[in-house]
Amino acid sequence: MAGESGKIDPMHQFQIEPLAPLNIGGYDVSFTNSSLFMMIVLGALWLFMWGGMKRDLVPGRWQMAVEGVTGFVNNMVSSSVGPEGKKYVPLVFSLFMFILMANFMGMMPFGIVPGVHPFTVTSHLTVTAVLAVLSFGTVLVVGFWRHGLHFFSLFVPHGTPWWLLWLIPLIELFSFLIRPFSLALRLFVAMTAGHVLMKVLAGFVINGLNAQAAWVPLVVSIPSFILMIGITLLELLVCAIQAYVFALLTSLYINDAVNLH
Amino acid sequence: MDAEAAKLIGAGLAAIGAGLAAGGVGNVFGSFLQGALRNPAAADGQQGRLFIGFAAAELLGLLAFVVAMILIFVA
Repeated sequence: MAGESGKIDPMHQFQIEPLAPLNIGGYDVSFTNSSLFMMIVLGALWLFMWGGMKRDLVPGRWQMAVEGVTGFVNNMVSSSVGPEGKKYVPLVFSLFMFILMANFMGMMPFGIVPGVHPFTVTSHLTVTAVLAVLSFGTVLVVGFWRHGLHFFSLFVPHGTPWWLLWLIPLIELFSFLIRPFSLALRLFVAMTAGHVLMKVLAGFVINGLNAQAAWVPLVVSIPSFILMIGITLLELLVCAIQAYVFALLTSLYINDAVNLH
Repeated sequence: MDAEAAKLIGAGLAAIGAGLAAGGVGNVFGSFLQGALRNPAAADGQQGRLFIGFAAAELLGLLAFVVAMILIFVA
């Protein structure tokens, strides 16, 4: 391989660049490319919902799309929480749609415009951790609000034998406390790993094309490019699945807080 | 052994975890399909559980990836 073709850095895409530097009280609160993409996601989400909330009696295509998504989330929440889950549909819907849109925005081919590259908001642990804390905090607040200190009975499942009372609550406590970490880590790592993989494959394609030996583009670049198309499709699937899993787990955790298993 | 070499070997060993998690994910979907083909009427109701199992199996593979990334970039 040609050494001078330039090393492709797959981690560069996750770099946060300040677009409008701003410093308040010693804290860096610049408007970064991450903030920009959050605004884009918000705008896209707002546009999507605005176009479909006309409340026509006979829904058009757009309204059907919006109703399809809301019906999907509504179904998921009500099947895991039960009739009392109606209150939590807006929260789960917002989380689901934000994550879905942010994941898809990171996959958009903005790179064809020179100097612009897409930024995946959810590929940063800080963002996903805030989302996870939002979900976990809701569980805590709802649980203590509804059940008071009785909420701690979550750690003692029904039918625990008395001689295991020293072990089961400990395990349950750990599995409860690990939830925000697993929620945040899963989303963050899935997005990071997928994007790194795609950039590595793109590096194979470009470095292969730049190689001096004539056989390299045929043997390396073309198979890598075909593989990349497949991986891109898989990555789109993962985007949707991760958003779905986040929303599903959030509604399951809310079920724990509402109904105490 | 050189510390840098040990880190890279460790990161490579972490890939074993990712491969094992692939087996786990395959097992989740394979078992689901096995059950779903026996009783297709009940399959749709279990989709949520399918994805919970998938998420749990996948998380452990992703943790292996995190270990590799920490070894390469942080440690």
